[in-house]
Amino acid sequence: MKVSEYSPEEFIRQVRRDSVLLHIGPFSVRVRSPLEDVAAGIHLHYEDYFVSDQEFADFHVTVEPPRGFRKWFHPQVNFIFDGYTPFKPLPCDQAFAMFEWGLNWCISSFAQDYFLLHAAVVEKNGFAAVLPAPPGAGKSTLCAGLVSRGWRLLSDELTLIPVNEPRQVIPVPRPISLKNASIDVMRDFAPGAVIGPIVRDTTKGTVAHMRAPAESVLRGCETARLKWIVFPQYKPASPTILAPRAKTRSFMEIATQSFNFSILGETGFGILKQVISDCDCCDFIYSDLDEAIATFDSLADGQQDICAA
Amino acid sequence: MHLDSKDLLALILVDLAVIKQLGLSQWDLLIRQARSAELLGRLYVLLEEQELLSHVPEAALRHLSAGARVTSRHAELISYEVGQIHKVLWQLGIPIIVLKGAAYVISDQPSAAGRMFSDIDILVPKGDLARVEKALARNGWISTHLDDYDQQYYRKWMHELPPLKHARRRTVLDVHHAILPETARLHPSPQKMLATSVAVPGFEDLYTLCPEDMVLHSTTHLFHDGELEHGLRDLVDIDALLCHFSSDTAFWKRIVERASELDLVRPLFYALHYASRILQTPVPQEVIAQVEKIGGPNQLTLNIMDWLFMRGLRPDHISCSDSFTGMARWMLYVRSHYLRMPAHLLIPHLFYKAFITPLNERKAEKLAVERPTIERLLAQAKTGQ
Repeated sequence: MKVSEYSPEEFIRQVRRDSVLLHIGPFSVRVRSPLEDVAAGIHLHYEDYFVSDQEFADFHVTVEPPRGFRKWFHPQVNFIFDGYTPFKPLPCDQAFAMFEWGLNWCISSFAQDYFLLHAAVVEKNGFAAVLPAPPGAGKSTLCAGLVSRGWRLLSDELTLIPVNEPRQVIPVPRPISLKNASIDVMRDFAPGAVIGPIVRDTTKGTVAHMRAPAESVLRGCETARLKWIVFPQYKPASPTILAPRAKTRSFMEIATQSFNFSILGETGFGILKQVISDCDCCDFIYSDLDEAIATFDSLADGQQDICAA
Repeated sequence: MHLDSKDLLALILVDLAVIKQLGLSQWDLLIRQARSAELLGRLYVLLEEQELLSHVPEAALRHLSAGARVTSRHAELISYEVGQIHKVLWQLGIPIIVLKGAAYVISDQPSAAGRMFSDIDILVPKGDLARVEKALARNGWISTHLDDYDQQYYRKWMHELPPLKHARRRTVLDVHHAILPETARLHPSPQKMLATSVAVPGFEDLYTLCPEDMVLHSTTHLFHDGELEHGLRDLVDIDALLCHFSSDTAFWKRIVERASELDLVRPLFYALHYASRILQTPVPQEVIAQVEKIGGPNQLTLNIMDWLFMRGLRPDHISCSDSFTGMARWMLYVRSHYLRMPAHLLIPHLFYKAFITPLNERKAEKLAVERPTIERLLAQAKTGQ
């Protein structure tokens, strides 16, 4: 059954009283929350996802206010992973964002069957482009732009490369986390996109989530083949520049952006070596989103060969 | 199949073949209990040994193998770290004894397989402590507890230096000069333990405790000193050590004698009692009876301890708790501190920890917020804010 088959009221009641089991990419997440914001956020952003009554869940999460007098005075919210509280509480209006960040933490801490990379990843014609970048480099904006123009969202935050199949990427299409100026940019750029409530004063600034395109969610089981690693950087008023990047430097950067390069040890080194040799690596500077997307489209159509550049 | 869900993990550890009969909801619970007990990797290794992995449903297997990935990497890193520490201290000509988990890895004990590690423990002669600390500091191991009170507390009363952390690799090292605090109720002699230590093949001046002491240290840590955070995991260690060493039949006699010699009979009794009760470790009945006779608790104490430890040794997971678990854990916590130091030292210490430490932490947090980091300053300069 899909989330959208519940009315918002029904869904909220279910999440508050009992729990729901959401299937998100290769993971199943049992979530419970007494907070309406969380249930409503899930109902809005995950409407094309399936819920089931499967008895096994990969992650059991609860988003709830801490006990005590803070209920009435600057109310807060905790993310709880099966009884364990990995983070300090946040102000209550960040409850849905906390669910999203908490879920990122679950995947990046426990899904050790994947080489886990802090990067957005999108697909076209069966091939995937990985976009690793530090926060603030314009990775999410570029990713949101691409998926509003025909690219398929595999993930905005976590690139999952199976340890035993390091040529593939496994999709986990989830809401895209837009920060600060990029919220208005996406409103103009993709008027049809569903963007949730704006939350101010988070550690990342102002944050709003954009729903993953329905098609990306429906095709959530289709893996894609790794082809490009593009290090994006937004630079105001800059022309669009796509330039090859040394494989050695790409290797080092990806190693630092990986969540479990160290945990996977020699296996991780082997996977990364394979990924870097298989992919075209390049730096990408942009300021104009339309031009940026045109560049990516020509990559996908094979008109632009980075290796030859 | 009906199994008491509170003891699911322990029941499986006793008889692995039971997994063939588990339904998916029981697998869900088993994985969660094993994760909270830090026994995912261990469970994977045990199932692999018994060739039972093919009976594990796909959804659960992912978590077990993820756990095993983490623990096998831990073992690699521990070996590497021990090598690094040895390199530093070897030049000083100071013998090092590797303790607990790191010792299991370095001496290739079956208890090392699939085990999680949070730190490395070593034991050095007390007289060499200052030299050891200096040498380690020169090579990147820095004291973590920078609070003056903590520093003093450790140095004056504890059996170890404040934990050290390697500045680059972030590994934590505990340097002990004894296995219990100076103020503790029991007084095992570190000299006696040093005297019987066993050389690790392939290293010069690197040792582990002898088998009996290795078990006694583990039991002392769990039943006299520990905070029971991962009580079941520690009991699983003891179970594996006992099973391994008792293949030599003279072992039982030796460990009982050694426990008397080191003043550690009581913790040994509890370990044998609970390992055989919870994990069905094959301890001969007459050995338990003998240890009980030499230094076991009286019946009333044992009943109270059973009430506490049968709860405290379960995984710290919601599905393993009953209405008294919280109270039992709290009482065991108080007990461990009470055994650690006499009341006239303990009460001021707990007072300081309860009221002064949080105040200092809050102050430090405030300062940290007010004092921007270099990254933040650079970022602000970049964006022109």
